[in-house]
Amino acid sequence: MGEFFRVLTDNQQVFLDGFVNTIKLFLIAAVGSLVLGTLLGAMRVSPVPALRAFGATYVNLIRNTPLTLVFAFLVFAVPKLDVNIDYFPSACIALTVYTSAFVCEVVRSGVNTVATGQAEAARALGMTFGQVLTLIVLPQALRAMVPPMMSVFIAMLKNTTIAAGFSVLEAGAIPAYMAERGEPQMVVLSWIVIGFLILIIPLVLLQRFLERKWAVAR
Amino acid sequence: MSSVLYDLPGPRARLRNRILGVVSIAAIGALVAFIIYKFNETGQFEARKWEQFQYASVQRELLTGLWATLKAAGLATVLALLFGAVFASARLSDRWILRTPATFVVELFRAIPLLILIFFGYYVPLQYGWSIDKLWALVIGLTLYNGSVLAEIFRAGINAVPYGQTEGAYAIGLRKNQVLRLILLPQAFRSMLPAIVSQLVVLLKDTALGFIITYPELLFVGKQIGGRLPFGLPYVPTYLIVAAIYISICGLLSILAWWLQKRMGRMPKTAGRVVPTQEVDAGRTAV
Repeated sequence: MGEFFRVLTDNQQVFLDGFVNTIKLFLIAAVGSLVLGTLLGAMRVSPVPALRAFGATYVNLIRNTPLTLVFAFLVFAVPKLDVNIDYFPSACIALTVYTSAFVCEVVRSGVNTVATGQAEAARALGMTFGQVLTLIVLPQALRAMVPPMMSVFIAMLKNTTIAAGFSVLEAGAIPAYMAERGEPQMVVLSWIVIGFLILIIPLVLLQRFLERKWAVAR
Repeated sequence: MSSVLYDLPGPRARLRNRILGVVSIAAIGALVAFIIYKFNETGQFEARKWEQFQYASVQRELLTGLWATLKAAGLATVLALLFGAVFASARLSDRWILRTPATFVVELFRAIPLLILIFFGYYVPLQYGWSIDKLWALVIGLTLYNGSVLAEIFRAGINAVPYGQTEGAYAIGLRKNQVLRLILLPQAFRSMLPAIVSQLVVLLKDTALGFIITYPELLFVGKQIGGRLPFGLPYVPTYLIVAAIYISICGLLSILAWWLQKRMGRMPKTAGRVVPTQEVDAGRTAV
């Protein structure tokens, strides 16, 4: 048992730096993919066929590509196009590009859960587009969107570990570093698991709470 | 067609939509043109960068990589389905002694990043000098994670069968095992099939994590082909080809899942609601 805690206290800084970087990566990519994903989602429900087609193509291509490939493309292929991005920003971009496709689908299906009659009734009352959107559609759609959106972000938090394979020092990179120091890997990995559980469990509980609270609303 | 957001367009809206359409086509066109310009400027269309894909040896290399990917995915699929079946039945059990540990295991493995699970199979044996094939490190990680997700899909499918079916089956004197095997499973199977196929797409995509532990799968082979100096470091062409392979395989499976979902939703024999693939898509790694 002493050994178990020694690994953590001896390498405090490594674990701390790793998880701080994981959280940074998560927050930046979360904001980025929320913005890009919502934009793509708006394209997919827009009345302009060209934009709908663009959104659908993006989602179908990205969803069927492994995230590791997106990372590899940004880290190895993009510099060959004379675009030089550092490792950390590359990781943020890769996660954003990939997660946006899933955010887009959540936005689209969220909007589609609202019954057409709701908006028709609102328009019959003489509401403008802005009013229909903000007073009728979004309040209902957001309820349907929040639980799946949280699933997407929980998945993204776990996906940040892939950045370890592409020279970003985050939680997933700790095992490789510890292997050089000869620390017992079973213990190191257990601490990483504990770290992720501390980050993920509150999110999962919040998600289940919201899901139960809002499930009855319709 | 009127949608939630937009009414049937009148003359003014039609004009506006048409203008927006032209503007957005121009914008998308400009984006594509910029990418092509950038490719051309940095010489991505040079013959020597594409030349090696004509060589039989390079094609064989790609096929070997693809085979390694499919092998890992195939093994992990079989094992994950088994794992899922065992843990789903444990979670559905009437005995808490089976239910509680199964719930713990399934919830735990779903919360751990897949790469960390793969690292357990990779770094731990490495440290003790046990020789373990990288293939198995990858397969073990994929099995634990996807098996847990599949266990949840199976459980959701069984729970979605209306309770009257179970009651009816007990009433005509079937045993617990018969109820599950003869009544619940055949009906639940239809409603879970699309979600299972979607999860298998996720599994297939996740085999690319083998790249990080240097398992020689498709992406790893791609890096080797892309890193050849005599051909001008053709990373861009190689990754485009690798991406095309992944997208076509996963795309076909995704289409199958979508088709199954449509079909199963229509079939009168599907009891209960179809387990949504969307939930699954997002809940898991969406990786």
